[in-house]
This record gives sequence, structure tokens and C-alpha cells, in this order.
Amino acid sequence: MSMPFYVPPEQVMKDRADFARKGIARGRSVIVLGYDKGIAFVAENPSRALHKVSEIYDRIAFAAVGRYNEFESLRVAGIRYADLRGYSYDRTDVTARALANTYAQTLGAVFTQESKPFEIEIVVAEVGLTPDGDQIFRLTYDGSVADEQGFVVMGGASEKAEERLSATWRPGLPLGESLRLAVDVLAAGDNGERREIGAALLEVAVLDRDRPRRTFRRIVGPLLTRLLSTEDPTADAPLVDEAHPGHPEVLSGEPTDGGATAGTEDAARDTHPHPPG
Amino acid sequence: MTGDPRGRARQLDDAFLVAGSSSFTDFVGAYRPELLPSGRRLPSGASVEAPHGTTIVALLFDGGVIMAGDRRATMGNVIANRDMEKVFAADGYSVVGIAGTAGIAIELVRLYQVELEHYEKIEGAIMSLEGKANRLASMIRGNLALAMQGLTVVPTYAGFDLETDVGRIYSYDVTGGCYIEGGHHSTGSGSVFARGALKKLWRPGLAEEQAVAVAVEALYDAADDDSATGGPDLGRQIWPTVAVVDRTGARFVAQPDLEAHVERLVAARRDNPGGAR
Repeated sequence: MSMPFYVPPEQVMKDRADFARKGIARGRSVIVLGYDKGIAFVAENPSRALHKVSEIYDRIAFAAVGRYNEFESLRVAGIRYADLRGYSYDRTDVTARALANTYAQTLGAVFTQESKPFEIEIVVAEVGLTPDGDQIFRLTYDGSVADEQGFVVMGGASEKAEERLSATWRPGLPLGESLRLAVDVLAAGDNGERREIGAALLEVAVLDRDRPRRTFRRIVGPLLTRLLSTEDPTADAPLVDEAHPGHPEVLSGEPTDGGATAGTEDAARDTHPHPPG
Repeated sequence: MTGDPRGRARQLDDAFLVAGSSSFTDFVGAYRPELLPSGRRLPSGASVEAPHGTTIVALLFDGGVIMAGDRRATMGNVIANRDMEKVFAADGYSVVGIAGTAGIAIELVRLYQVELEHYEKIEGAIMSLEGKANRLASMIRGNLALAMQGLTVVPTYAGFDLETDVGRIYSYDVTGGCYIEGGHHSTGSGSVFARGALKKLWRPGLAEEQAVAVAVEALYDAADDDSATGGPDLGRQIWPTVAVVDRTGARFVAQPDLEAHVERLVAARRDNPGGAR
């Protein structure tokens, strides 16, 4: 009968951590950063359908790097968790902190008990009513949680990118400038050369502080191009939703037929009677 | 973790991580069935007196659909509530109006709103109008046991079909039968009188403004002959709830506009109580 070799627990944990880190480092980076009116998410992602950034609840969003199937199941779990909590308590009782704790427990349990740790890193961010109320939690493969101030870079070569961003980022920047900073950091290569990342290769979303109820909006198309351009004066996402038939969470900046009346409609919509609780 | 009686964070249950379902009701039904109206057991034979909501009218106009409801809830011969809302935005492109036991109806609407938002967040797309109507039907079906004890809920659903670019009205029966209505529909105790009015006042291709006036007048006629339907209350400034859904989304008609409609109507009915024309 053969006896298994003794492997010290330190070695097991180290091997698992190395394995997870290698998996994460292969992927492209995601940057989460605060701006004057909310929190922005910038990911290098050529896919329009497989998202790295997603809405969780009214003021909470989720961003991830690593293996898609692993973070997708956590994203869906987070939406279920938030909706269940909001349904049985109240919409205001859903917090990023509670969700981050739950995610941390899950990641930690998978790291120690399963045959393979999750090769993912995630951010759970909640936009506050004031910039001081913004919360960005970063969770790593082993279940450790960090409460980050201002910005987070996850994914491949994130340490260098984080250094670069900390040199340029400051609180209270407008959205356009914040996005340009983030794209600059994503585009910078290891040895000084720069890649070109156009709007088509980016997945950008914001949690917009001043919106009522659901604050998550994806920014795509002409609006994203305008925000990224240094010549264009557009510095902020419009506060009024676009009156086009389609997904309400998308802001594209494309001209719409009902655009002129959109402001008054939105004002009327704020007063609409949602049922109690 | 909301299910944990000790209230401390623990890892997500498997129910949260299961792949494949985008339905909040299915998830809650599997994980916490007691949170659903259909998951509760009632003592057999008992019946309770609970507030009832009454009349809802819905009609198509050129460009979309309008739904309106009176504001009264009754309990036997007593007015339980004078300013209850019975028409709710289900999501960005549809509204739901409720008649029947108010408490259960409002719970059902809340659940339905979460159901649609949950799907939207998980799938990243809006459910088709037919799909939304069928989801509501299956919820009504789940309520059949309660309905057999007198706690009935009969909603009317109206929305804008983004694929075919038309407004649609769906009516339901107690058993969850779902029917597409052409032109107009009404439910609740005053529906007989409202339907009579709609038959005479509605015609295809109404403009939005005219359609709102028709809805307000149909409710006025219902309140005229049905004691459980509340008429517009000029003294208390309580107007019916009127929602408009068109290709730009769902919105509620503002209070001053409703006041103008009601004042015109009341003036026209002076010395002409039946509205003969």
C-alpha cells in the first residue's frame, strides 16, 4: 500500500495561491476608480456580450477579472443575494459591505476546501450619496477583503498599473478625464511601449451618484468616444436617460427621436408610485 | 445567508450558485418558499375580511397604451383607503394594475417587479413582452390556493412590445389564464360600468391626450354606479392614477394634468350626469 507524501500546509496554501495568481495574471486588467459624480469601471474587453462589469443593485456594481465561468457564477449569486435581501427587507438595506463579506466567505471556503481555488479577483463597489460615502471592496482568490480608497487595478500586471494610476489619479476628477487616465494605464505596456485601445475594445460603466434608484449605466458608442477624446468638450455622462427603445441601462449618446422630451418624462417618472417597501 | 438565523456572514448556499435560472421567483421558491405568497399555508375553511382594490381600465392609443386606476380600497361597506395606488410600473416598458385583495396584490406586484429587474440584470436584456405577461400568469396561478379562500388577485397588464412596436393589453383570470385584449379592457367591481363607457368612448387611433381623458371618464362612470370605486376627490385633491406606456418607456401622468382633465370632466357633467352626447 502506498502512502501519500506529506506536504506541509504552508506549501499547499502557497501552491494554491501561486496557481490562482498565475491564472489571474493571464487576463486583461480592470480598473475601478472614483470620479466627481460617482464610480467608473473600465475594462479592456473586446466582447459586447460577455461582461466583466455588471449591475448588482441600485447603488452597487461588480467587476471581475480571471476565469469567466467562476466570476459569472458569483455575479449571479450576488444579484440573487441582493434581490432577495431587497425584497424581504427594503431596497436601502442592501449594502456592498454585506455582499463583500458573503463573497469573502465563499472565496475563502473554496480556496481551502475545493480541489482548485477560484482564479478570480473581484471588486464590489457602492456609490454613496456623497463622495465620502463611496465604498470599493476588493476581494482576492483566497477570500481576503480590502477596503480600497479611490481606485483599484485588478488583473495582469496590476501592481505596476496601480503605481502609475496612483501618480495621476486624484479625487474629484470629471468622468472624461478619469476614463482617459484609466485607459492610459491599461494601454501602457511592460517596457515602455504603448498599445492603442479604442472605444470598441473597452467596456465602460458608471455608478452615477445623482440618479434616483438604479444608478448603474453602461457607456457605449459615440458617447464613450466623446468622453475619451481630449478635443471633445463632453466631460460627463448625461443625467437624463435616453428615450430610445432598448435596454434602459445603456447610454450611447446617439440621437434619439424622443430626446427633447426626455427630461420632463424622467422628472415625471421619479414621482411614480412604487409600492410600499 | 439571509436565511441564517444567527445573522452572521457565511458563505453563499449552493442555491445561490446554481447556474441556469434567471427567475427570482423560482430561486426564492427553492430557497425560501415561505417568502412567496404561494408558499404559505392557510388554515382551511377560514376566511378573513381584507381591503379590496377595485377598478382598473386599460386602453390602446396611437403610439402605446394607457392604464388608469381609481384610488379607493374598501373593506365591506367601509372605505379602507382613499388614496391607494393600484397601477404600478412593472419595469421600464410595462405597467400592471391590480384588482382584488390589496395586501396580496401589492405583494405580488413587488415580487413581479423584482422578477423583471432580476432577469434584466442577470441576462443583460429586457424580457419580451409576451414573456413578461406569461411570468405574471404563472404568479397568478401560484396564488390559486389563496384565491379559493376568497383572497383573489386579478391584475391587468399593459406594455409596449419593442419588437413589433405596438402597445398591448393582457387580461387575466383567477386561474392564471392570460388573454390579449384588443382595444380596451377593465377589471374590478366597477369594470362593468367602465366597460360600458369605454365601448362608447374608445375608438382606434386616439391621441394620447384624448386617451387619458377617456380613461378618466370611464373611471368616473364606474365610480358613479359602483360604491367600491372611488371617484375623483376635488376636496382632497385625489385624482386617479394614470400611466402611459409608449416606445420611450412607462411614465405617470403628472398631478396638475390630471386635475385639469378631472375639472373639465366634472364641468361637462354638470346638468348632464350620464354624460349624454
